[in-house]
Amino acid sequence: MSEKIRSVVLAGVGGQGILLASEVLARAAMIAGYDVKTNEVHGMAQRGGSVIAQVRYGPEVYSPLVARKSALVLGALEQIEALRFADLLAPDGLAVVNAQAIVPVTVSMGAAKYPQDIESRLWKAFPKLIYLKAAEMAKDLGNIQAANIVLLGAVSQGLDLPDEAWQEAIAASVKEKFRELNLKAFEAGRSLV
Amino acid sequence: MSGNAAIARGAYEAGVTVGTGYPGTPSTEILENLARYAPEVYCEWSPNEKVAFEVAAGASLGGARSIVTMKHVGLNVAADPLMTLSYITVEGGLVACVADDPGMHSSQNEQDTRNYARFARVPLFEPSDSQEAKDFMKLAMEISEKYKTPVILRSTTRVSHSRSLVAQEERRAPGTVGLVKNPSRFVPIPVWGRPMRQRLEERLVLLKKEAEASPANRIEWRDRKLGIITSSIAYQYVREVWPEASVLKLGFSYPFPDALINQFASGIERLLVVEELDDILEQHVKSLGYAAAGRKFVPGIGELSIDRLRASRAKLEGCEMPQDEPSPFSQDLPPRPPVLCPGCPHRGVFYALGKHDVVVTGDIGCYSLGAFKPLDRMDSILCMGAGISMAHGLEKAGEPRKVVGIVGDSTFFHSGITGLLDIGYNRGRSTIIVLDNRTTAMTGHQDHPGTGRTLSGEPTKALSIEEFGRACGIDRVLTQDPYDLDATLEAISGELEADAPSLIVFRAPCPLKERKRVGMRRVVNPELCKGCKLCLKLACPAIEYQGELPVINPIFCAGCGLCEQVCPAGAISTEGKP
Ligand code: SF4
Ligand code: SF4
Repeated sequence: MSEKIRSVVLAGVGGQGILLASEVLARAAMIAGYDVKTNEVHGMAQRGGSVIAQVRYGPEVYSPLVARKSALVLGALEQIEALRFADLLAPDGLAVVNAQAIVPVTVSMGAAKYPQDIESRLWKAFPKLIYLKAAEMAKDLGNIQAANIVLLGAVSQGLDLPDEAWQEAIAASVKEKFRELNLKAFEAGRSLV
Repeated sequence: MSGNAAIARGAYEAGVTVGTGYPGTPSTEILENLARYAPEVYCEWSPNEKVAFEVAAGASLGGARSIVTMKHVGLNVAADPLMTLSYITVEGGLVACVADDPGMHSSQNEQDTRNYARFARVPLFEPSDSQEAKDFMKLAMEISEKYKTPVILRSTTRVSHSRSLVAQEERRAPGTVGLVKNPSRFVPIPVWGRPMRQRLEERLVLLKKEAEASPANRIEWRDRKLGIITSSIAYQYVREVWPEASVLKLGFSYPFPDALINQFASGIERLLVVEELDDILEQHVKSLGYAAAGRKFVPGIGELSIDRLRASRAKLEGCEMPQDEPSPFSQDLPPRPPVLCPGCPHRGVFYALGKHDVVVTGDIGCYSLGAFKPLDRMDSILCMGAGISMAHGLEKAGEPRKVVGIVGDSTFFHSGITGLLDIGYNRGRSTIIVLDNRTTAMTGHQDHPGTGRTLSGEPTKALSIEEFGRACGIDRVLTQDPYDLDATLEAISGELEADAPSLIVFRAPCPLKERKRVGMRRVVNPELCKGCKLCLKLACPAIEYQGELPVINPIFCAGCGLCEQVCPAGAISTEGKP
């Protein structure tokens, strides 16, 4: 166990399942024997707004919040949310972005524009990028709701937690009847190249 | 375990048998977690924080250990009982768990609850993580009972909603309950109250000694060139930004532990105070005669963070913080503010109000989101209940337009009834709308006196808003389904024209709580759509538009049918899609 604190940021839109993904991650780190702190957004921000969950683990963690340019991995379930929190990712950090656009009301109203060059922006912004279709992958496995766990699987590639810790954490965090599905979803993300 | 769950666990282990509160982010989950220990602990959502505080005070007078939970602004409502409970004292321990919201993530102001501790002359505990949240709750309970004083346990958003590891212990067996008659202790009429006032000051002296010896306060000696006094979550940031500095960490922070402050301040070369929000500690340390740096380097507005404190450190050391440019790829991203959910029953009411030139005084809840464009149908928000009372004031002042007051169902029971009573009594003429979605939605769907269920899930009387309206002297009381747009428009127009006060209750359950769609999903038929963009005025997040024709995202559409009713071209329908 090295002395370093690992920080992870998960971002998305309220209701996409970011909180469950961060719970699994925190649990996996705990099972692996680390001190863990997480922070999540409640209240106002959950009504369809941008949400982030932050997870930090290591031998001893103080702040639950991630400092700028320090996250090892940034996982985003929505494309522009990845860019919104890009600032938190370390320069050599891994970005995992779900190829999904959720158009904010500000765009529908005509008050703002959804960047049309989003994909090329992502490739430019993140030297290390996994750009995946998590929703479609989850749908193929049987339930689109598991997109968050597919994403987490890809996120896990940038972290040093063992397979068993992940599996145990998933089993402990989701309902029995969704266990198989979520384990498969995680594996799909983890083995993605 | 989250900070809030840890506070609840601490209360359970401390032998608490009564927990009360009113939901408010970031405090809500404390009581929800404590309620899981039923029947060992009796928990209730009270109609408001004042009532909750008084219920806990009553339990404590009988000898039971109790807690009351609320967000920072809730303590304003409960300030009345707090200020005098410190006079009449408690019997069983009583801890008020109050959660502040630095940064105003989900609140209308940024007040610092620590001021209340000094104001009411009660002890204050400030945990900095979940383990401390649990431990300090137990310490607070001991102090409360030992000195017969109510105690404030102050959390913040980042303490309440962060998770960290917590070691659990056994529950202390609760004592017996039975009020021991003692009017000179419990009745603060002047002849008995004046000695209470005296005793209050004497108690503070003892409490200061207690704070000075408390395990919640500690000095961490490291390099003595810089010493930092800090508390709450700020401690965690300090440890990462100044790992080498000595720290005086205050967890039992009022009465100020002067002996510790003296010992610390005289053992270091330079003193810095790092506290979130008000400069309470800094001013006190200065009053003891120490040259302390604080507000000049550490911002007092908004929440602190590692990044902000790094800037403070650079400033303190006289060097410029390297300003690195934000990534060019993150420029001009469309903002994504919170919005009313797809299928939200409030949407149609705001849309209908948009057809009238009226003034709308609003209130606190999901429907605050009706203030944003394009709905844009709320002109003011002050505090819980003010949606009704301010409408009345504006009307009496001679506002030339009709005035509409809006509150939610939970807010109505919290403090809307007294405002309505005022309108009925003082011959007001405002139109009052209650957006009744059968739950306290914004804080995560808690029950309230109108839902027919208690916090522990038992069935109970569902109290009627309409009957309250009539009892308050309002003769024109209507109930309307907000998904029927024509009827909603008609109800609002009709009541605006009436020369009498009226109460319209728009009732439909929150679909987010019900976890099901209101009806069949809608689709836009591009052949019929004329691109008039009227449907976009609803600000439904399911209706996406990027410059051609609107499309409805099937993942989000809740099937409320409002867009179909708004569309003049008949382009929106269910098309048989489930
Ligand atoms: S209101 Fe109807 S016609 Fe107008 S833009 Fe919307 S769908 Fe098209
Ligand atoms: S798209 Fe139309 S039917 Fe669906 S939730 Fe929005 S307003 Fe209601």
